Amino acid sequence: MNIWLGTIQLGVKSLWLHPLRSLLTVLGIFIGVASVIWLLAISKGIGDEAQRQIESLGADTIMIRTIKPPSEKMSAQGLTPYGLTREEFDLLSTSIPTVKSALPIRELRRQFQYRDRKLDGRLVGCTPEYFEVNRMEMADGHFISDAENFSMATNCVLSAKMAERLFWHEDPIGKRIYLPENQDFYFVVGVLKPKGATAAVGGSMAAQDFSNDVYIPIRTLHQRIGDMVMVSRSGSREGEIIELNQITLRVAEVSDVKRTADLVESALSSHEKMEDISVVVPLELLEQARTTRAMFMLFMGMIAAISLLVGGIGIMNIMLATVTERTREIGIRRALGAKRRDIIRQFLVETSVLSLAGGITGILFGLLCGPAVNGARALANIWFSEQMADLPEVVRTVQPSIVPESIPGAFLISLIVGLVFGIYPATRAAKMNPIEALRHE
Amino acid sequence: MSNPKFETDGFACRVVDMKKEYVLKSETVRALRGVSFDVPEGDYVAIMGPSGSGKSTLLNMLGCLDKPTSGSLWLGSDDVATMNDDQLADIRSQRIGFVFQSYNLIQQLTVVENIQVPLFYQGKSLSKAQQLRSIELARMVGLAERLDHRPTQLSGGQQQRVAIARSLVNDPFFILADEPTGNLDSRTTEEILQLFEKLNNEGRTIILVTHEDEVSKRAKRVVRLKDGRLQWDRQNSQEVREAAAKYAIDNMPVEV
Ligand SMILES: Nc1ncnc2c1ncn2[C@@H]1O[C@H](COP(=O)(O)OP(=O)(O)OP(=O)(O)O)[C@@H](O)[C@H]1O
Ligand SMILES: [Mg+2]
Repeated sequence: MNIWLGTIQLGVKSLWLHPLRSLLTVLGIFIGVASVIWLLAISKGIGDEAQRQIESLGADTIMIRTIKPPSEKMSAQGLTPYGLTREEFDLLSTSIPTVKSALPIRELRRQFQYRDRKLDGRLVGCTPEYFEVNRMEMADGHFISDAENFSMATNCVLSAKMAERLFWHEDPIGKRIYLPENQDFYFVVGVLKPKGATAAVGGSMAAQDFSNDVYIPIRTLHQRIGDMVMVSRSGSREGEIIELNQITLRVAEVSDVKRTADLVESALSSHEKMEDISVVVPLELLEQARTTRAMFMLFMGMIAAISLLVGGIGIMNIMLATVTERTREIGIRRALGAKRRDIIRQFLVETSVLSLAGGITGILFGLLCGPAVNGARALANIWFSEQMADLPEVVRTVQPSIVPESIPGAFLISLIVGLVFGIYPATRAAKMNPIEALRHE
Repeated sequence: MSNPKFETDGFACRVVDMKKEYVLKSETVRALRGVSFDVPEGDYVAIMGPSGSGKSTLLNMLGCLDKPTSGSLWLGSDDVATMNDDQLADIRSQRIGFVFQSYNLIQQLTVVENIQVPLFYQGKSLSKAQQLRSIELARMVGLAERLDHRPTQLSGGQQQRVAIARSLVNDPFFILADEPTGNLDSRTTEEILQLFEKLNNEGRTIILVTHEDEVSKRAKRVVRLKDGRLQWDRQNSQEVREAAAKYAIDNMPVEV
């Protein structure tokens, strides 16, 4: 036991003879270990973010969206109705046993007015399920109720920003807002809490910004506005006939999601020709995102591992030089009673001290990843705010998340690197003939 | 300071018909061609001979740094010639003290740590007694004030004295010294020789290799090698030794 302690002491002393050289060698491992932790943490952060966005759509949901078909599929004269229909909604919500609830959505661009204040926003016709599916919270009043929908009440619920911009300091509850395009009034019965936008997911779902929304019962929308909508766009008037923009199905058991999605697709197979709907299954996206993330992390880990390898080669290089340089010392020690394994132990301890010093400091620095990234970003925001605004969303928002396994992993790897790259120099030292080693100048 | 650890029969070592051949690509060098002699405990032997006669080779065998091609070397009741590498290392750390021409201290260790190196390789932790003993040895060679100095901070003579203290730390059967004064001036040589004499008077067995007659005359016994064989082996009379000591002191350069 004591011989180990003594050897470690000795190793530190020997390394201390060339402080700069030892420091640079340690730096090699330090960078390797720190980059393993950093790269894994950052790539996990990116992956987590994507996963969180998908999860916010709900792993138990299936979304069917109406999309504008390619222009050659639309008939040249007149308006062609396209997209999801109320009939299909009834079919999906009643005939598939695994479906727990179904939510129809109709969205329109509209202008809203209160007193002399006019605002453009999104009019959303929906049912009470909308509230739950999108994880909304009320600031005041209540959301659209089943009764209101059934009775086609002219009630509406405002997003936080809408309420603030239309009503300023007034309490919106009980007041009426005006829709100039339809010459229609709606009573405000509720105001929502602010809600962040959901990001676009995998290209199949556009980003959703809830901040300019006004919600009304879908039956009210159908009755008072109808399916045909005329939009005046740069002088010419364009129209479209759509019954529903989206149907969101919730499945009782997550394990049934895929089966249900297959059923839904076959039920809606008549749309294949028009290409006017798309089915989004967050669970599938989630699984894709998981494999993508795993690949990404593997790739990053490999890059980091290469830098560790370089650090290891640095250690080996230094130890080979050290062995040559200390041939005489090896001879002396052998003459004074050191066995081959004592010499091996001595040099292995030295490489291990180097690699562990690099490993431990690397881990400590690796743990600083989160604060360091945030700090650097804060500084960059102050100094280069314009350039920062142009950077992709991930760069601006990613939160590194340290992979717990990477800490013991990095420690182990640095130890192994030390041993693997130390073995050859150490055995070379031990193999030397003591008499010749003593003669070495 | 006899050694109670091992049975010695009154001999520090016994060399029996020792031969050593170095096989090179083109030829075989016969460095020792059959050497036999005994070294009783307490002896002080100077090995002389022309360059290439095999002095260092013999000393390396005695020091268990190398194995003879044939013949035996008895240290106590063990024939070292039959031992393996690890056993030889144990013998070196437990029974032999080495002093080299070029001191061979370890640069990163202090004086006292250098003295303790052979103990380190005995595999046990240092006992309090061993700690005290290494400090005592440093005092004996006159370096009590310099326990924490590094070899580079010492003169050649001082380094050689550290090496002598180191050779004594494991209480060896004998001290082997290959031209221990080869790098030193006459004054420092005299210091070292007096130290050896003192140790020998205390009962230490000393075997040294030298080129210098003045050094060999101070030993009790001179063994001369020639072409790998023992040419002659004779005792120095007490008068010769005293005269040599007196001569050395009388002729020492005056300090300025
Ligand atoms: N490792 C070796 N390989 C081959 N030949 C060797 C080796 N070591 C010594 N010799 C040869 O053995 C012979 C004896 O060498 P040794 O070193 O013992 O001489 P020496 O008496 O100590 O000489 P010197 O007084 O010059 O130190 C020489 O001929 C030398 O060339
Ligand atoms: Mg020699």
